[in-house]
Amino acid sequence: MNDDVDAVTAAPQPGARPQFVSPIVPKGTIAGRALVAIVAIMTFLASLTTGAVVLVRAAASDWQSEVAREVTIQVRPVGNRDLEADTSRAADIARRFAGVADVRVYSKEESSHLLEPWLGTGLVLEELPVPRLAVVRITSGAAPEFQQLGRLLAEQVPSASLDDHRGFVEHMRSMGRAAFLGGLAVLALVLVATVLSVTFATRGAIATNRTVVEVLHLIGAKNTFIAQHFQRRFLGLGLQGGVIGGGSALVLFGLVEFLSRHFLGSAAGDQFGALFGSFSIGIFGYVAVAFQIALIAGVTALASRRTVNRTLETFE
Amino acid sequence: MVRFENVGLRYGLGPEVLRDLSFRIEPHSFQFLTGPSGAGKTSLMRLLFLALRPTRGLITLFGHDIATLNKDAMATLRRRIGVVFQDFRLIDHMTTYENVALPLRVVGQEEGSFRDEVVELLQWVGLGERMWALPPVLSGGEKQRAAIARAVIARPQLLLADEPTGNVDPSLAQRLLRLFVELNKSGTSIVIATHDIALMDQYDARRLVLHEGRIHVYE
Repeated sequence: MNDDVDAVTAAPQPGARPQFVSPIVPKGTIAGRALVAIVAIMTFLASLTTGAVVLVRAAASDWQSEVAREVTIQVRPVGNRDLEADTSRAADIARRFAGVADVRVYSKEESSHLLEPWLGTGLVLEELPVPRLAVVRITSGAAPEFQQLGRLLAEQVPSASLDDHRGFVEHMRSMGRAAFLGGLAVLALVLVATVLSVTFATRGAIATNRTVVEVLHLIGAKNTFIAQHFQRRFLGLGLQGGVIGGGSALVLFGLVEFLSRHFLGSAAGDQFGALFGSFSIGIFGYVAVAFQIALIAGVTALASRRTVNRTLETFE
Repeated sequence: MVRFENVGLRYGLGPEVLRDLSFRIEPHSFQFLTGPSGAGKTSLMRLLFLALRPTRGLITLFGHDIATLNKDAMATLRRRIGVVFQDFRLIDHMTTYENVALPLRVVGQEEGSFRDEVVELLQWVGLGERMWALPPVLSGGEKQRAAIARAVIARPQLLLADEPTGNVDPSLAQRLLRLFVELNKSGTSIVIATHDIALMDQYDARRLVLHEGRIHVYE
């Protein structure tokens, strides 16, 4: 009611032309601050979810493309066969295959390094039936027939098998999909919670402004006129809350991106980078958060309009 | 202009508060609606300004059967009726000027087109110096005049006033009556609901008397 007090005390100069400046729905009669806080929190959580989904999808996509550029040939020690000869033969077959850029056979030392985390250092490979690996890098843009390569290897080097990492890629895809669907579910929950909060706030505002609504109704205001004024007020509150919540989330993402760059090169930074790449939600992420702010503000306005219209339907 | 045919009204499952009302309000006419307290004056006024629908009978307003009208059409009809409420119903957060200008804003008129007209009317009802004031700081008489100004600003064809002199002293009541008579002369049909015999005795007009929910018309 501060506006009212101002209007009483701030009398205009004599001769000043009167103006219609008061809003139809007065500011002080809506639980504005509480609603802005609720919308801000909802938008912040929704933006964090969106950012997390964008990061997970980007990281999964990076891992997928990284993994999809390579396949692995595994040559197992079988019976009396010469493991070295089988390995180089399998590598030769792969090298001659269309679409293969490079084949690198892991040396015995490299193989023992790979096993160190499980078996410890000082490993003597000759004492163990450890398979040998060859990493086959694919030419950029090529799509080799891995099934044919697998068949060739099986025919000519029976102890060799080809792993095209399909299972891992599929796993990555389903993880990315699950993250996306989870994000959508959280966003849907946030929107439902926002609609409910706004509905209660609008009902409160209508109850407080019942005289205003009744007078408007009885002097011939159409329901759309009354609803429009409530909608405008709630759109303002929704935008305010959305900008605060979404803006805070964007600042947080920017800060974490800055810190991840700052710590690049440190052990923790490298591990973080390996998991999430550059930890940047990118232009798409920022646009998605901006869209969310607009969406939540729009939902706030529409929810209030719907509530006002439903209330006005009960008026004769 | 207004036609009631065998109109009855009850609230919920209660008894009928208005029974078999049949009467007309003609264009440019002036009438008092009177009767003892609880006779149903306010209920009849609410039927007239479309805040209630009858439980039976036919009401036509400006040639429209109100039973067939949708919400938007009802709103459009209400714009042709000015109402002075018994409790004024001024909007507290709006200035006197804004309260009076509200009916014109509601119909979408630009402020530039009505500002002078509103100021002129406020001066005519003696509120020229109070147009910046908010209703809580107005006296009873000032509120009454502001409510009347709001009711007539859009030049309604029918003006309904519910106990317009109930909260004012006799001299102001007389001035307000003169205001209604002037409005009637300019073409507005007037219905004044009152139980103030002295007020009715000051002007020779048709009387609609409500008694136990039934109406008796004295031309």
